Amino acid sequence: MKMTKHSDWRMDDVRKIIQELKHKPGALLPVLHAIQDYIGYLPDTIVPVVAQELMITRAEVHGVISFYHHFRAHKTGRHVVEICRAEACQSVGSRALEAHAKRTLGVDFEQTTPCGSITLEPVYCLGNCATGPSVRIGDSIYGRVSEDRFDELMADCRDTMQEAG
Amino acid sequence: MTTRIFVPRDTTAISLGADQIATLIQAEAASRGLDIEIVRNGTRGLFWLEPLIEVETNEGRLGFGPVTESDVSTLFNEHFYHGNQSHPSCVGLVEEIPYLKKQQRLTFARSGIIDPVSLDDYTAHDGYKGLENALMLSGQQIVDEVKTSGLRGRGGAAFPTGIKWQTVLDAAGDQKYIVCNADEGDSGTFADRLVMECDPFMLIEGMTIAGLAVNANQGYIYLRSEYPIAFDIMNQAIASAYEKGYLGNDILGSGRQFDLEVRLGAGAYICGEETSLLDSLEGKRGLVRAKPPLPAIVGLFGKPTVVNNVLSLAAIPYILQHGGAAYAEYGIGRSRGTMPIQLAGNVKYGGLVELAFGIPLNELMNDFGGGTRSGRPLKAVQVGGPLGAYLPESQWDTLIDYEGFSAEKAVLGHGGVVMFDDTVDMGEQARFAMEFCSFESCGKCTPCRIGSTRGVEVIDRIRSGENQDKNWELLEDLCDTMVDGSLCAMGGMTPFPVQSVMKFFPDELRSARQE
Repeated sequence: MKMTKHSDWRMDDVRKIIQELKHKPGALLPVLHAIQDYIGYLPDTIVPVVAQELMITRAEVHGVISFYHHFRAHKTGRHVVEICRAEACQSVGSRALEAHAKRTLGVDFEQTTPCGSITLEPVYCLGNCATGPSVRIGDSIYGRVSEDRFDELMADCRDTMQEAG
Repeated sequence: MTTRIFVPRDTTAISLGADQIATLIQAEAASRGLDIEIVRNGTRGLFWLEPLIEVETNEGRLGFGPVTESDVSTLFNEHFYHGNQSHPSCVGLVEEIPYLKKQQRLTFARSGIIDPVSLDDYTAHDGYKGLENALMLSGQQIVDEVKTSGLRGRGGAAFPTGIKWQTVLDAAGDQKYIVCNADEGDSGTFADRLVMECDPFMLIEGMTIAGLAVNANQGYIYLRSEYPIAFDIMNQAIASAYEKGYLGNDILGSGRQFDLEVRLGAGAYICGEETSLLDSLEGKRGLVRAKPPLPAIVGLFGKPTVVNNVLSLAAIPYILQHGGAAYAEYGIGRSRGTMPIQLAGNVKYGGLVELAFGIPLNELMNDFGGGTRSGRPLKAVQVGGPLGAYLPESQWDTLIDYEGFSAEKAVLGHGGVVMFDDTVDMGEQARFAMEFCSFESCGKCTPCRIGSTRGVEVIDRIRSGENQDKNWELLEDLCDTMVDGSLCAMGGMTPFPVQSVMKFFPDELRSARQE
């Protein structure tokens, strides 16, 4: 499972990332993706740096970050767990899975468990629609996730958290 | 002799454990000293059988599925790698499975057969024959071939692809673009993903031909961030295409240039709308643009741009290899060629069914789909994604055909068929349609931005029994306003599922189910 990373990220590296991508036409999304892949989220402090390097306003950078669900302005838990809320998964019980997840993790969507291991998020379709309910953890996608299977996956998330300790 | 064993690597197979199975097969073979080669193929699209393992035999490829981790050692005990069929998971020769055999796979002919990132495998299975032909034709001749095929945009709008290409070909300008809309956000659809994960060179070839046709030298694939595996496979394929001279500034020594890059979206459904997608590619918020001007005239960075869905572009290599007339032989009325239907949701045999237009919906759901996964009676079907109407039983004999669906006030869209059994609460589904729009509206126009939020509130009032008749009337009025007053299909079609519930399942909207 891919984990969010780099609590000790450095602004110099952010500048390097921007330098490598800024020549692309319409570079802002690729730049923000690369920074989020590096830090795990998009802290406020990178906004003026990105704006300056791409010669656009801070408002434009902020506007793009806030428009797209994938971009996160806040730190997440070590694992981001996304539950599909779209119709195909609804038809095979995702509403119940969503309720189970919130109840057992003790968090709502967009919240992180107190131990810091899991951030729960909604997602609208993972394209795994014949074998739902579907869940994404990092870049891994899981199909036919029952409540028991969900609990196993969450236990794995907590274990890797402890190992990484 | 080395035995080739195929373990699929598409998202669905992997989501059901294919990676672990591949590792176990490798380890088991090593411990038994067997000479096997594991090929990570794409999927056949028979998802209830995934992970579907195939063994190459003299008679053809023998299938085993769905294979679990605990099956691996017993498969070896039963000598599955010698083509022994005794293991209980054996499904016989894969190509003889009726679900697959009855299909007419033009676009998905190679899916699950080849290694998706092997260019040699692609060319050994008719790959790049279309491009070779296209290189001998003028731009106008290529466009004419596409017009002859009758191909219409598979993203949902069903606009004739050849006419769109003609507009871009005729537009003045040195810089033009080919943009592939791979923001497959509709629930119940996965055909674009399968193209990219199982046969990515077909999309590259289709886009290259489009570039030759309209004189565009740069292509972008706008891919949703929810598809990490497609992103990885697509990038590997593009790198090989560059290496072997199928992309770059001298395609196959012709002196023609075409460059291609994958750009990731960032989780915004609205970016599947073509003008919003273009804004997003330009590095902006994905706001919908007013049309006209059409993207074909003023598109990406203000330049003439072809924006086509993955499936439209994926149909092009076949058309240029076999001719537009060969493609047009399939289908009915003004819907020519084949449609990759995706059977999804509560379905027993879910997967991809590519057939010529004209098959009745219920034949797909029952003969192919086998009814619901739960075994309970089928109650409603949503075709065409979250903006598509819910069809009650009286409409299940509708033929798969753009005009046939329009006549029923439904949309075929991108061909997703989401089945629901009788436990579904249709009032809840109507509410979700509005809720989804309120999450995903770009906010540019009022009917969509505000209307969706008001829609959720009005539905809640109806369901709680508050002033039901008046609120019902208000909801009807709100739906009309959104349909007539929205800038794009998001606000303009969100009412379709709501109106279908009001018409066909009114009682369920009037009374919230007691849990």
